[in-house]
Amino acid sequence: MVKFGSEEWGKQFCQKLNESEAYNKAAETWEGDFVFVMEFEDGTKEVRLYVDLWHGKCRGTAIVGSDKEAEFIMSGSYSNWVKVAKKELDPIQGLMTGKFKLEGDMAKIMRATKAAVELVNCVTEVENVEF
Amino acid sequence: MWYWNAPKLVFGDGAVDYLEQIKGTKAFIVTDEVMEKLGFVEIVSKKLSKSKIEVKVFNEVEPDPSVQTVKKGGEICSEYKPDIIIGLGGGSAMDSAKAIDFIYEQPDMKLEDLSPFVSFKLHQKCKLIQIPTTSGTGAEVTWAVVLTDVKERRKLLLASREIIADVAIIDPIFPAKMPPSLTASTGIDALTHAIEGYVSIWRNIYSDAMCIKATQLVFENLEKAVKNGSDMVARENMHNAATIAGLGFGNSQAGIAHSMGHSVGAVFHKPHGFCVGVALPYIMEYEILAADEPKKMFAELGRQALAIEEKDDLKASKILVKKVRELLKATGAPLSYREMEISSEDFEKNFDLVVANADMDSCTSTTRPMPSKEDFQKLFKAAFDGKALTL
Repeated sequence: MVKFGSEEWGKQFCQKLNESEAYNKAAETWEGDFVFVMEFEDGTKEVRLYVDLWHGKCRGTAIVGSDKEAEFIMSGSYSNWVKVAKKELDPIQGLMTGKFKLEGDMAKIMRATKAAVELVNCVTEVENVEF
Repeated sequence: MWYWNAPKLVFGDGAVDYLEQIKGTKAFIVTDEVMEKLGFVEIVSKKLSKSKIEVKVFNEVEPDPSVQTVKKGGEICSEYKPDIIIGLGGGSAMDSAKAIDFIYEQPDMKLEDLSPFVSFKLHQKCKLIQIPTTSGTGAEVTWAVVLTDVKERRKLLLASREIIADVAIIDPIFPAKMPPSLTASTGIDALTHAIEGYVSIWRNIYSDAMCIKATQLVFENLEKAVKNGSDMVARENMHNAATIAGLGFGNSQAGIAHSMGHSVGAVFHKPHGFCVGVALPYIMEYEILAADEPKKMFAELGRQALAIEEKDDLKASKILVKKVRELLKATGAPLSYREMEISSEDFEKNFDLVVANADMDSCTSTTRPMPSKEDFQKLFKAAFDGKALTL
Protein backbone atom coordinates (compact mmCIF):
# COMPACT_ATOMS: atom_id res chain seq x y z
CA MET A 1 0.00 0.00 0.00
CA VAL A 2 1.16 3.52 -0.70
CA LYS A 3 -0.14 6.54 1.22
CA PHE A 4 -1.93 9.03 -1.05
CA GLY A 5 0.06 12.22 -1.45
CA SER A 6 3.26 10.73 0.00
CA GLU A 7 6.76 10.83 -1.52
CA GLU A 8 6.33 7.22 -2.68
CA TRP A 9 2.89 7.96 -4.15
CA GLY A 10 4.47 10.87 -6.05
CA LYS A 11 7.07 8.55 -7.55
CA GLN A 12 4.43 6.07 -8.69
CA PHE A 13 2.33 8.90 -10.14
CA CYS A 14 5.39 10.11 -12.03
CA GLN A 15 5.95 6.61 -13.38
CA LYS A 16 2.32 6.37 -14.54
CA LEU A 17 2.72 9.67 -16.39
CA ASN A 18 5.82 8.43 -18.16
CA GLU A 19 4.13 5.16 -19.11
CA SER A 20 1.00 6.85 -20.46
CA GLU A 21 1.09 7.22 -24.22
CA ALA A 22 -2.06 9.33 -24.07
CA TYR A 23 -0.45 11.79 -21.61
CA ASN A 24 2.84 11.81 -23.53
CA LYS A 25 1.02 12.82 -26.72
CA ALA A 26 -1.44 15.26 -25.13
CA ALA A 27 1.35 17.08 -23.28
CA GLU A 28 4.09 16.83 -25.90
CA THR A 29 4.52 20.61 -26.03
CA TRP A 30 3.90 21.28 -22.33
CA GLU A 31 6.63 23.02 -20.33
CA GLY A 32 5.78 23.83 -16.74
CA ASP A 33 5.97 22.53 -13.21
CA PHE A 34 3.24 22.22 -10.61
CA VAL A 35 2.89 22.19 -6.86
CA PHE A 36 -0.22 20.31 -5.76
CA VAL A 37 -1.23 21.44 -2.30
CA MET A 38 -3.37 19.10 -0.21
CA GLU A 39 -4.86 20.98 2.72
CA PHE A 40 -6.07 19.02 5.73
CA GLU A 41 -9.50 20.04 6.98
CA ASP A 42 -8.30 20.93 10.49
CA GLY A 43 -5.96 23.52 8.97
CA THR A 44 -2.98 22.33 10.96
CA LYS A 45 -0.89 20.98 8.12
CA GLU A 46 -0.67 20.48 4.41
CA VAL A 47 1.17 18.32 1.89
CA ARG A 48 2.87 20.07 -1.03
CA LEU A 49 3.78 17.75 -3.89
CA TYR A 50 6.11 19.20 -6.53
CA VAL A 51 5.76 17.69 -10.03
CA ASP A 52 8.18 18.60 -12.81
CA LEU A 53 6.46 18.20 -16.20
CA TRP A 54 8.27 18.65 -19.49
CA HIS A 55 7.25 17.70 -23.04
CA GLY A 56 4.93 14.87 -22.07
CA LYS A 57 7.20 13.43 -19.42
CA CYS A 58 7.48 13.66 -15.66
CA ARG A 59 11.05 14.57 -14.72
CA GLY A 60 10.54 14.04 -11.02
CA THR A 61 8.41 14.66 -7.94
CA ALA A 62 9.18 15.68 -4.37
CA ILE A 63 7.46 16.71 -1.18
CA VAL A 64 8.43 20.35 -0.76
CA GLY A 65 8.06 23.24 1.64
CA SER A 66 6.04 26.40 1.13
CA ASP A 67 9.10 28.21 -0.21
CA LYS A 68 9.27 26.02 -3.32
CA GLU A 69 8.13 28.00 -6.36
CA ALA A 70 6.44 26.52 -9.43
CA GLU A 71 4.71 27.87 -12.51
CA PHE A 72 1.35 26.54 -11.29
CA ILE A 73 0.05 25.95 -7.78
CA MET A 74 -3.19 24.01 -7.42
CA SER A 75 -4.67 23.82 -3.93
CA GLY A 76 -7.60 21.98 -2.44
CA SER A 77 -8.73 20.07 0.60
CA TYR A 78 -7.29 16.60 1.11
CA SER A 79 -10.79 15.12 0.88
CA ASN A 80 -11.37 16.72 -2.51
CA TRP A 81 -8.02 15.44 -3.78
CA VAL A 82 -9.09 11.97 -2.64
CA LYS A 83 -12.33 12.38 -4.62
CA VAL A 84 -10.29 13.23 -7.73
CA ALA A 85 -8.10 10.16 -7.22
CA LYS A 86 -11.21 7.99 -6.89
CA LYS A 87 -12.77 9.55 -10.04
CA GLU A 88 -15.57 11.01 -7.94
CA LEU A 89 -14.74 14.63 -8.79
CA ASP A 90 -13.75 16.13 -12.14
CA PRO A 91 -10.87 18.48 -11.19
CA ILE A 92 -11.83 21.05 -13.84
CA GLN A 93 -15.35 21.16 -12.42
CA GLY A 94 -13.69 21.36 -9.01
CA LEU A 95 -11.77 24.44 -10.12
CA MET A 96 -14.89 26.01 -11.58
CA THR A 97 -16.87 25.52 -8.39
CA GLY A 98 -14.16 26.78 -6.05
CA LYS A 99 -13.26 23.39 -4.58
CA PHE A 100 -9.74 23.91 -5.93
CA LYS A 101 -7.74 27.08 -6.46
CA LEU A 102 -5.24 27.51 -9.26
CA GLU A 103 -2.47 30.09 -9.47
CA GLY A 104 -0.49 30.58 -12.67
CA ASP A 105 -0.84 31.54 -16.31
CA MET A 106 -4.53 30.88 -17.03
CA ALA A 107 -4.20 31.34 -20.79
CA LYS A 108 -1.52 28.64 -20.87
CA ILE A 109 -3.54 26.17 -18.85
CA MET A 110 -6.67 26.76 -20.94
CA ARG A 111 -4.73 25.62 -24.01
CA ALA A 112 -3.73 22.40 -22.28
CA THR A 113 -7.00 21.03 -20.97
CA LYS A 114 -6.58 17.72 -22.80
CA ALA A 115 -3.18 17.21 -21.18
CA ALA A 116 -4.77 18.06 -17.81
CA VAL A 117 -7.41 15.36 -18.30
CA GLU A 118 -4.75 12.77 -19.15
CA LEU A 119 -2.68 13.87 -16.15
CA VAL A 120 -5.66 13.27 -13.87
CA ASN A 121 -6.26 9.89 -15.50
CA CYS A 122 -2.75 8.96 -14.34
CA VAL A 123 -3.60 10.08 -10.78
CA THR A 124 -6.41 7.56 -10.79
CA GLU A 125 -4.16 4.78 -12.13
CA VAL A 126 -1.80 4.63 -9.15
CA GLU A 127 -2.63 1.27 -7.54
CA ASN A 128 -2.90 0.03 -3.95
CA VAL A 129 -3.42 3.49 -2.53
CA GLU A 130 -4.24 4.09 1.12
CA PHE A 131 -6.38 7.18 1.60
CA MET B 1 -22.00 20.47 -7.06
CA TRP B 2 -22.61 22.56 -10.14
CA TYR B 3 -24.14 25.92 -11.08
CA TRP B 4 -26.93 27.07 -13.34
CA ASN B 5 -26.12 30.41 -14.92
CA ALA B 6 -28.59 32.47 -16.90
CA PRO B 7 -29.34 36.14 -17.50
CA LYS B 8 -32.76 37.68 -17.05
CA LEU B 9 -34.61 36.87 -20.29
CA VAL B 10 -36.99 39.29 -21.99
CA PHE B 11 -38.56 37.51 -24.95
CA GLY B 12 -41.32 37.65 -27.52
CA ASP B 13 -42.73 40.23 -29.90
CA GLY B 14 -41.88 43.71 -28.65
CA ALA B 15 -39.24 42.52 -26.18
CA VAL B 16 -36.89 45.27 -27.34
CA ASP B 17 -39.27 47.80 -25.74
CA TYR B 18 -37.69 46.69 -22.45
CA LEU B 19 -34.91 49.18 -23.25
CA GLU B 20 -37.40 51.99 -22.63
CA GLN B 21 -37.69 50.86 -19.02
CA ILE B 22 -34.05 50.51 -18.01
CA LYS B 23 -32.17 52.94 -15.84
CA GLY B 24 -28.78 54.36 -16.77
CA THR B 25 -26.97 57.33 -18.27
CA LYS B 26 -24.58 56.11 -20.98
CA ALA B 27 -24.80 53.03 -23.21
CA PHE B 28 -21.98 51.62 -25.33
CA ILE B 29 -23.31 49.53 -28.23
CA VAL B 30 -20.96 46.88 -29.59
CA THR B 31 -22.02 45.87 -33.09
CA ASP B 32 -21.03 45.75 -36.75
CA GLU B 33 -21.71 47.82 -39.85
CA VAL B 34 -24.39 45.45 -41.15
CA MET B 35 -26.49 46.05 -38.03
CA GLU B 36 -26.33 49.79 -38.73
CA LYS B 37 -27.34 49.32 -42.37
CA LEU B 38 -30.28 47.13 -41.35
CA GLY B 39 -31.47 49.90 -39.02
CA PHE B 40 -31.10 47.79 -35.85
CA VAL B 41 -28.72 50.23 -34.17
CA GLU B 42 -31.27 52.98 -34.78
CA ILE B 43 -34.08 50.88 -33.27
CA VAL B 44 -32.04 50.25 -30.13
CA SER B 45 -30.79 53.84 -29.88
CA LYS B 46 -34.32 55.23 -30.13
CA LYS B 47 -35.53 52.96 -27.35
CA LEU B 48 -32.62 54.04 -25.17
CA SER B 49 -33.27 57.71 -25.88
CA LYS B 50 -36.76 57.26 -24.41
CA SER B 51 -34.98 56.30 -21.19
CA LYS B 52 -32.79 59.42 -21.63
CA ILE B 53 -29.71 57.27 -22.08
CA GLU B 54 -26.84 58.66 -24.16
CA VAL B 55 -25.45 56.26 -26.79
CA LYS B 56 -22.04 55.62 -28.32
CA VAL B 57 -21.66 52.97 -31.03
CA PHE B 58 -18.63 50.79 -31.71
CA ASN B 59 -19.43 49.19 -35.08
CA GLU B 60 -16.09 47.65 -35.97
CA VAL B 61 -16.73 44.04 -34.99
CA GLU B 62 -15.82 41.74 -37.87
CA PRO B 63 -16.88 38.10 -38.43
CA ASP B 64 -14.57 35.92 -36.29
CA PRO B 65 -13.56 38.98 -34.21
CA SER B 66 -9.89 39.37 -33.44
CA VAL B 67 -8.22 40.11 -30.13
CA GLN B 68 -7.01 43.40 -31.63
CA THR B 69 -10.57 44.52 -32.44
CA VAL B 70 -11.90 43.91 -28.95
CA LYS B 71 -8.89 45.61 -27.39
CA LYS B 72 -9.60 48.67 -29.54
CA GLY B 73 -13.26 48.53 -28.49
CA GLY B 74 -12.17 48.16 -24.87
CA GLU B 75 -10.03 51.30 -25.07
CA ILE B 76 -12.86 53.36 -26.57
CA CYS B 77 -15.32 51.98 -24.02
CA SER B 78 -12.96 52.78 -21.13
CA GLU B 79 -12.68 56.39 -22.29
CA TYR B 80 -16.46 56.67 -22.68
CA LYS B 81 -17.21 55.17 -19.23
CA PRO B 82 -20.71 53.73 -19.88
CA ASP B 83 -22.95 52.22 -17.24
CA ILE B 84 -24.53 49.92 -19.85
CA ILE B 85 -22.84 47.82 -22.54
CA ILE B 86 -25.06 46.35 -25.24
CA GLY B 87 -24.00 43.55 -27.56
CA LEU B 88 -26.12 43.80 -30.73
CA GLY B 89 -25.66 41.26 -33.50
CA GLY B 90 -24.64 37.64 -33.88
CA GLY B 91 -22.13 35.74 -31.80
CA SER B 92 -19.24 37.90 -32.95
CA ALA B 93 -20.80 41.14 -31.65
CA MET B 94 -22.06 39.59 -28.42
CA ASP B 95 -18.78 37.82 -27.61
CA SER B 96 -16.94 41.07 -28.37
CA ALA B 97 -19.27 42.88 -25.98
CA LYS B 98 -18.32 40.40 -23.23
CA ALA B 99 -14.62 40.87 -23.89
CA ILE B 100 -14.96 44.67 -24.01
CA ASP B 101 -16.89 44.57 -20.73
CA PHE B 102 -14.00 42.61 -19.17
CA ILE B 103 -11.37 45.07 -20.45
CA TYR B 104 -13.44 47.99 -19.13
CA GLU B 105 -14.07 46.41 -15.74
CA GLN B 106 -10.57 45.00 -15.25
CA PRO B 107 -8.12 47.40 -16.94
CA ASP B 108 -5.12 45.95 -15.12
CA MET B 109 -5.69 42.42 -16.38
CA LYS B 110 -4.79 40.85 -19.70
CA LEU B 111 -7.72 39.69 -21.82
CA GLU B 112 -6.10 36.25 -21.94
CA ASP B 113 -6.49 36.03 -18.14
CA LEU B 114 -10.27 35.70 -18.49
CA SER B 115 -10.70 32.26 -16.99
CA PRO B 116 -13.42 30.30 -15.20
CA PHE B 117 -10.95 29.48 -12.42
CA VAL B 118 -10.58 33.06 -11.16
CA SER B 119 -12.96 35.50 -9.45
CA PHE B 120 -12.98 38.98 -11.02
CA LYS B 121 -15.94 40.85 -9.47
CA LEU B 122 -17.30 41.99 -12.82
CA HIS B 123 -20.40 44.09 -13.53
CA GLN B 124 -19.37 46.69 -10.96
CA LYS B 125 -19.12 49.54 -13.48
CA CYS B 126 -21.87 48.57 -15.90
CA LYS B 127 -24.66 46.20 -16.87
CA LEU B 128 -24.31 43.94 -19.89
CA ILE B 129 -27.34 43.53 -22.16
CA GLN B 130 -27.22 41.15 -25.11
CA ILE B 131 -29.55 41.38 -28.12
CA PRO B 132 -29.14 38.56 -30.65
CA THR B 133 -30.05 39.34 -34.25
CA THR B 134 -29.46 35.79 -35.49
CA SER B 135 -30.97 32.57 -34.16
CA GLY B 136 -28.18 30.20 -33.33
CA THR B 137 -25.16 31.32 -31.40
CA GLY B 138 -26.65 31.34 -27.89
CA ALA B 139 -23.95 33.87 -26.96
CA GLU B 140 -26.64 36.02 -25.34
CA VAL B 141 -26.87 33.53 -22.47
CA THR B 142 -23.44 31.85 -22.38
CA TRP B 143 -20.31 32.84 -20.49
CA ALA B 144 -17.77 31.96 -23.14
CA VAL B 145 -15.95 34.35 -25.44
CA VAL B 146 -14.62 33.06 -28.76
CA LEU B 147 -12.08 35.31 -30.43
CA THR B 148 -9.62 34.68 -33.24
CA ASP B 149 -5.88 34.74 -32.76
CA VAL B 150 -5.03 36.03 -36.24
CA LYS B 151 -1.30 35.42 -35.86
CA GLU B 152 -1.63 31.77 -34.83
CA ARG B 153 -4.73 31.12 -36.99
CA ARG B 154 -6.72 29.55 -34.21
CA LYS B 155 -9.70 30.34 -32.01
CA LEU B 156 -9.04 31.68 -28.56
CA LEU B 157 -11.59 30.39 -26.05
CA LEU B 158 -12.03 32.51 -22.94
CA ALA B 159 -14.63 31.95 -20.27
CA SER B 160 -15.90 33.15 -16.94
CA ARG B 161 -19.29 32.73 -15.32
CA GLU B 162 -19.06 36.37 -14.32
CA ILE B 163 -19.06 37.60 -17.92
CA ILE B 164 -22.61 36.38 -18.53
CA ALA B 165 -25.12 39.09 -19.48
CA ASP B 166 -27.44 40.67 -16.94
CA VAL B 167 -30.25 40.73 -19.49
CA ALA B 168 -30.84 39.03 -22.84
CA ILE B 169 -33.51 40.45 -25.14
CA ILE B 170 -34.92 37.78 -27.47
CA ASP B 171 -37.08 39.72 -29.92
CA PRO B 172 -38.06 38.04 -33.22
CA ILE B 173 -38.01 41.39 -35.01
CA PHE B 174 -34.24 41.11 -35.40
CA PRO B 175 -33.84 37.74 -37.17
CA ALA B 176 -36.97 38.29 -39.30
CA LYS B 177 -35.08 39.30 -42.42
CA MET B 178 -32.16 36.88 -42.26
CA PRO B 179 -31.47 35.37 -45.69
CA PRO B 180 -32.03 31.59 -46.05
CA SER B 181 -28.33 30.67 -45.88
CA LEU B 182 -27.76 32.63 -42.66
CA THR B 183 -30.99 31.22 -41.21
CA ALA B 184 -29.71 27.72 -42.00
CA SER B 185 -26.16 28.15 -40.71
CA THR B 186 -27.20 29.77 -37.43
CA GLY B 187 -30.02 27.28 -36.94
CA ILE B 188 -27.65 24.36 -37.47
CA ASP B 189 -25.36 25.95 -34.87
CA ALA B 190 -28.27 25.88 -32.41
CA LEU B 191 -28.93 22.22 -33.21
CA THR B 192 -25.26 21.38 -32.64
CA HIS B 193 -25.36 23.16 -29.27
CA ALA B 194 -28.46 21.20 -28.26
CA ILE B 195 -27.11 17.78 -29.28
CA GLU B 196 -23.59 18.29 -27.95
CA GLY B 197 -24.85 19.86 -24.74
CA TYR B 198 -26.95 16.75 -24.14
CA VAL B 199 -24.00 14.34 -24.33
CA SER B 200 -21.34 16.47 -22.62
CA ILE B 201 -19.66 15.00 -19.55
CA TRP B 202 -20.91 18.09 -17.69
CA ARG B 203 -24.55 17.53 -18.65
CA ASN B 204 -27.03 17.86 -15.80
CA ILE B 205 -30.74 17.61 -15.25
CA TYR B 206 -31.32 21.29 -16.05
CA SER B 207 -29.20 21.37 -19.20
CA ASP B 208 -30.85 18.14 -20.39
CA ALA B 209 -34.27 19.79 -20.28
CA MET B 210 -33.04 22.71 -22.36
CA CYS B 211 -31.24 20.54 -24.91
CA ILE B 212 -34.24 18.28 -25.47
CA LYS B 213 -36.62 21.22 -26.02
CA ALA B 214 -34.17 23.03 -28.29
CA THR B 215 -33.62 19.91 -30.41
CA GLN B 216 -37.37 19.51 -30.80
CA LEU B 217 -37.88 23.17 -31.75
CA VAL B 218 -35.08 23.15 -34.32
CA PHE B 219 -36.37 20.01 -36.02
CA GLU B 220 -39.90 21.43 -36.11
CA ASN B 221 -39.05 24.94 -37.27
CA LEU B 222 -35.69 25.36 -39.00
CA GLU B 223 -36.68 24.05 -42.42
CA LYS B 224 -39.83 26.21 -42.35
CA ALA B 225 -37.84 29.31 -41.42
CA VAL B 226 -35.29 28.66 -44.18
CA LYS B 227 -37.87 28.00 -46.90
CA ASN B 228 -40.35 30.68 -45.87
CA GLY B 229 -38.61 33.55 -44.10
CA SER B 230 -41.93 35.32 -43.55
CA ASP B 231 -43.19 32.47 -41.35
CA MET B 232 -42.89 34.44 -38.12
CA VAL B 233 -44.05 31.55 -35.95
CA ALA B 234 -41.11 29.48 -37.20
CA ARG B 235 -38.80 32.50 -36.86
CA GLU B 236 -39.82 33.14 -33.26
CA ASN B 237 -39.58 29.46 -32.36
CA MET B 238 -36.07 29.32 -33.84
CA HIS B 239 -35.06 32.49 -31.99
CA ASN B 240 -36.20 30.94 -28.72
CA ALA B 241 -34.67 27.57 -29.65
CA ALA B 242 -31.25 29.20 -30.07
CA THR B 243 -31.43 30.80 -26.63
CA ILE B 244 -32.74 27.60 -25.03
CA ALA B 245 -29.90 25.62 -26.67
CA GLY B 246 -27.48 28.28 -25.38
CA LEU B 247 -28.78 27.74 -21.86
CA GLY B 248 -28.37 23.99 -22.38
CA PHE B 249 -24.83 23.75 -23.69
CA GLY B 250 -23.77 26.88 -21.79
CA ASN B 251 -24.49 25.06 -18.55
CA SER B 252 -22.96 21.78 -19.69
CA GLN B 253 -20.45 22.12 -22.55
CA ALA B 254 -20.08 21.89 -26.29
CA GLY B 255 -18.19 18.96 -27.76
CA ILE B 256 -15.86 17.97 -30.56
CA ALA B 257 -18.07 19.21 -33.40
CA HIS B 258 -17.14 22.57 -31.92
CA SER B 259 -13.47 21.61 -31.64
CA MET B 260 -13.51 20.77 -35.34
CA GLY B 261 -15.69 23.73 -36.29
CA HIS B 262 -13.55 26.24 -34.38
CA SER B 263 -10.47 24.88 -36.10
CA VAL B 264 -11.89 24.94 -39.62
CA GLY B 265 -13.43 28.38 -39.06
CA ALA B 266 -10.17 29.92 -37.88
CA VAL B 267 -8.15 28.57 -40.80
CA PHE B 268 -10.63 28.83 -43.70
CA HIS B 269 -12.92 31.64 -42.46
CA LYS B 270 -16.23 29.92 -43.19
CA PRO B 271 -19.59 30.41 -41.37
CA HIS B 272 -19.36 28.98 -37.86
CA GLY B 273 -22.74 27.23 -38.01
CA PHE B 274 -21.80 25.26 -41.12
CA CYS B 275 -18.31 24.51 -39.74
CA VAL B 276 -19.81 22.79 -36.67
CA GLY B 277 -22.86 21.46 -38.53
CA VAL B 278 -20.79 19.57 -41.10
CA ALA B 279 -18.90 17.90 -38.26
CA LEU B 280 -22.01 17.02 -36.23
CA PRO B 281 -23.12 13.73 -37.86
CA TYR B 282 -19.52 12.48 -38.06
CA ILE B 283 -18.77 13.11 -34.41
CA MET B 284 -22.07 11.44 -33.50
CA GLU B 285 -21.00 8.37 -35.50
CA TYR B 286 -17.56 8.44 -33.90
CA GLU B 287 -19.01 8.61 -30.39
CA ILE B 288 -21.61 5.92 -31.11
CA LEU B 289 -18.86 3.62 -32.38
CA ALA B 290 -16.43 4.40 -29.58
CA ALA B 291 -18.51 3.84 -26.44
CA ASP B 292 -21.85 2.70 -25.07
CA GLU B 293 -22.72 5.81 -23.05
CA PRO B 294 -22.98 8.31 -25.95
CA LYS B 295 -24.98 5.77 -27.94
CA LYS B 296 -27.49 5.54 -25.09
CA MET B 297 -27.65 9.33 -24.77
CA PHE B 298 -28.21 9.95 -28.49
CA ALA B 299 -30.92 7.29 -28.48
CA GLU B 300 -32.56 8.90 -25.45
CA LEU B 301 -32.38 12.37 -27.03
CA GLY B 302 -34.00 11.03 -30.20
CA ARG B 303 -36.81 9.43 -28.20
CA GLN B 304 -37.44 12.50 -26.03
CA ALA B 305 -37.13 15.23 -28.66
CA LEU B 306 -38.26 13.54 -31.85
CA ALA B 307 -40.48 10.73 -30.57
CA ILE B 308 -38.24 8.06 -32.14
CA GLU B 309 -39.93 4.84 -31.04
CA GLU B 310 -37.04 2.43 -31.67
CA LYS B 311 -36.11 0.63 -28.42
CA ASP B 312 -32.66 -0.59 -29.47
CA ASP B 313 -30.10 2.11 -28.59
CA LEU B 314 -27.85 1.57 -31.60
CA LYS B 315 -30.75 1.65 -34.03
CA ALA B 316 -32.32 4.69 -32.32
CA SER B 317 -29.04 6.61 -32.31
CA LYS B 318 -28.53 5.81 -36.01
CA ILE B 319 -32.00 7.16 -36.75
CA LEU B 320 -31.07 10.42 -35.00
CA VAL B 321 -27.89 10.73 -37.09
CA LYS B 322 -29.96 10.09 -40.24
CA LYS B 323 -32.45 12.77 -39.21
CA VAL B 324 -29.62 15.26 -38.62
CA ARG B 325 -28.27 14.61 -42.13
CA GLU B 326 -31.79 14.96 -43.58
CA LEU B 327 -32.26 18.30 -41.83
CA LEU B 328 -28.88 19.56 -43.06
CA LYS B 329 -29.86 18.61 -46.60
CA ALA B 330 -33.37 20.07 -46.33
CA THR B 331 -31.99 23.43 -45.21
CA GLY B 332 -29.36 23.57 -47.93
CA ALA B 333 -26.54 23.18 -45.42
CA PRO B 334 -23.33 21.52 -46.63
CA LEU B 335 -22.75 17.88 -45.73
CA SER B 336 -18.99 18.02 -46.12
CA TYR B 337 -16.19 20.57 -45.83
CA ARG B 338 -15.51 20.07 -49.54
CA GLU B 339 -18.99 21.49 -50.23
CA MET B 340 -17.95 24.65 -48.35
CA GLU B 341 -15.63 25.59 -51.20
CA ILE B 342 -12.48 24.45 -49.46
CA SER B 343 -10.17 22.95 -52.08
CA SER B 344 -8.42 19.61 -51.58
CA GLU B 345 -5.06 21.35 -51.92
CA ASP B 346 -5.87 23.97 -49.32
CA PHE B 347 -7.30 21.37 -46.96
CA GLU B 348 -4.26 19.10 -47.27
CA LYS B 349 -1.86 22.02 -46.87
CA ASN B 350 -3.52 23.01 -43.58
CA PHE B 351 -4.45 19.51 -42.41
CA ASP B 352 -1.90 19.22 -39.58
CA LEU B 353 -2.78 22.67 -38.23
CA VAL B 354 -6.52 21.95 -38.34
CA VAL B 355 -6.03 18.64 -36.51
CA ALA B 356 -3.68 20.12 -33.90
CA ASN B 357 -6.02 23.03 -33.15
CA ALA B 358 -9.02 20.73 -32.73
CA ASP B 359 -6.98 18.46 -30.47
CA MET B 360 -6.05 21.43 -28.24
CA ASP B 361 -9.55 22.93 -28.19
CA SER B 362 -11.06 23.03 -24.70
CA CYS B 363 -14.29 21.42 -26.01
CA THR B 364 -12.25 18.27 -26.66
CA SER B 365 -11.45 17.75 -23.01
CA THR B 366 -15.11 17.55 -22.02
CA THR B 367 -15.98 14.90 -24.58
CA ARG B 368 -15.96 11.18 -23.73
CA PRO B 369 -14.45 9.23 -25.27
CA MET B 370 -11.82 11.93 -25.72
CA PRO B 371 -10.48 11.58 -29.26
CA SER B 372 -6.79 11.19 -30.03
CA LYS B 373 -5.04 13.14 -32.78
CA GLU B 374 -5.39 10.06 -34.99
CA ASP B 375 -9.15 10.04 -34.33
CA PHE B 376 -9.33 13.70 -35.38
CA GLN B 377 -7.42 12.88 -38.56
CA LYS B 378 -10.04 10.24 -39.43
CA LEU B 379 -12.90 12.57 -38.52
CA PHE B 380 -11.58 15.46 -40.62
CA LYS B 381 -10.95 13.20 -43.62
CA ALA B 382 -14.47 11.77 -43.37
CA ALA B 383 -16.04 15.21 -42.91
CA PHE B 384 -14.07 16.66 -45.83
CA ASP B 385 -15.02 13.89 -48.24
CA GLY B 386 -18.56 13.48 -46.91
CA LYS B 387 -18.09 9.79 -46.19
CA ALA B 388 -20.08 8.55 -43.21
CA LEU B 389 -18.29 6.50 -40.58
CA THR B 390 -19.52 2.92 -40.74
CA LEU B 391 -21.92 2.04 -37.95
